[in-house]
Amino acid sequence: MSAPIVQLNQVELAFGNDAVLKGVDLQVEPGERLVIMGQSGGGKSTLLRLMMGTLMPTGGEVIVKEQNVSQLNRRALNDLRKEMAMVYQYSALISSMTVRENLALPLEEWTDLSRDEMNAVVEDKLERVGMRKTLDKLPAELSGGMRKRVGLARALVLEPALILFDEPSAGLDPISSTVIDELIVSLSEELGTTCIIVTHEMDSAFRIATRMAMLYNGEIIETAEPEAFRHPKHPVVRQFVEGRTEGPMTENADA
Amino acid sequence: MFALWQMGRSLLVGVGNVLAMLSQTVAECLDQIRRGRPVFRMANFFAQTDRVGFDSIPLVAMVSFFLGLTIALMTGYQLRTFGTDYLVPSLVTIAFTRELGPLMTGIVVAARVGAAYTAELGTMTVSEEVEAIEGMGLGPLRFLVGPRLAAIVTQLPCLSVISVLSALLGCWVVCQTYLQISWPYFQELVINSLYVKDIITGVVKCLLFGTIVGLVGCYKGLTVRGGAAGVGTATTDSVVTSITATIFFDTIVNVIVTIAFE
Repeated sequence: MSAPIVQLNQVELAFGNDAVLKGVDLQVEPGERLVIMGQSGGGKSTLLRLMMGTLMPTGGEVIVKEQNVSQLNRRALNDLRKEMAMVYQYSALISSMTVRENLALPLEEWTDLSRDEMNAVVEDKLERVGMRKTLDKLPAELSGGMRKRVGLARALVLEPALILFDEPSAGLDPISSTVIDELIVSLSEELGTTCIIVTHEMDSAFRIATRMAMLYNGEIIETAEPEAFRHPKHPVVRQFVEGRTEGPMTENADA
Repeated sequence: MFALWQMGRSLLVGVGNVLAMLSQTVAECLDQIRRGRPVFRMANFFAQTDRVGFDSIPLVAMVSFFLGLTIALMTGYQLRTFGTDYLVPSLVTIAFTRELGPLMTGIVVAARVGAAYTAELGTMTVSEEVEAIEGMGLGPLRFLVGPRLAAIVTQLPCLSVISVLSALLGCWVVCQTYLQISWPYFQELVINSLYVKDIITGVVKCLLFGTIVGLVGCYKGLTVRGGAAGVGTATTDSVVTSITATIFFDTIVNVIVTIAFE
């Protein structure tokens, strides 16, 4: 059995006296699509940033591809980041660059491909997400859904083993949201990429996930197959999945 | 007293953070060299030099022209009563090569380019673009600060030359219309007042001011907090800090040059 691609061991993170994560344990196997759910402000996006190494834990270990992220030097961390990518909630495309330049940027910086080869890769990735026509547009000229798809295409250019998605369908209409979800599933199946998706939108979560985890009060309180999450036993998970206001979970969890 | 202590402390913390950013930028550039890859894209560097250098020429030239003209007029008016108005071209030449050229250029660039650096990088920080660049492993300091800093440091001496020439043009207008100093005599006075020591002092100041304005502009942009309002506040802070620091270090260089070489 292959080693987990991501492993979190008792990960803690606090900003001053405010503890966001209080001992998160999580393991992600290669090829999985793990959806992490939880309340807004509960530390889900923070977990992704810990995996990317843009935040460092105050306790515990974040191991990605068998390397402890917080113990890597800058150069080794940047090398590791080549093997993963993140799709941001608001796409985070570089606004002064066209779509083509945005996608070509990691290729220019990390590979020795010729201009023609780069163009071919860029066009191929845009084709995959159905955005080939936007090649020479600026991000500001695209809708929210289009930007997300371009963000996904940018994540694919270096063909990483792991892609992290921060709220991929947030702020999108139901159809665009479904399109993004289906893209994530098809690309992951086609390329064998491991995906970790953070969301609190249940429809989206069930469409994408091969496994689900619930983050509450700074800890992972449940991980299971999607089917088990449809009829959860844990009262907090049940309340969250059913979207009820009554129950153990308060509106603003002490995250 | 406590407020003064707090101010001093935050100043030291700020200076420390800016120096830390500089060392991080250098370290990221060295990483790239060790990988055998270019430190930054030349297209990116030239886009910045165009913005810092070429686009600043009209403002630097205009400000310096009027300043040179005013200084010549004011000093000419006074010196004329003593019959020493022939000193005006020398005075303007010396004043601009060692002092006002670099200083005016530094101030204009701080207001124009430093502010733009902060606003641009601040907006990129707020919209997670900087984090995305870091997430791609590109080294945001190398990628964003590197070309900006290189552009401003290399362009400031060039702009200072334009400043000196514009000021001399302003001075020439006064010499021609008010002081009746002929063109050949004006030329001779200017050339005789160009000292290598003054030119070197001017260039050193330009390099220093460029570094200060570039670092402060980038640092303020990359540490923006609080969305659009934060970008606005940081931009104002950046201009105020850059101009104050430029004048402060100008004084320090003047003191050192005066004590060591005069």
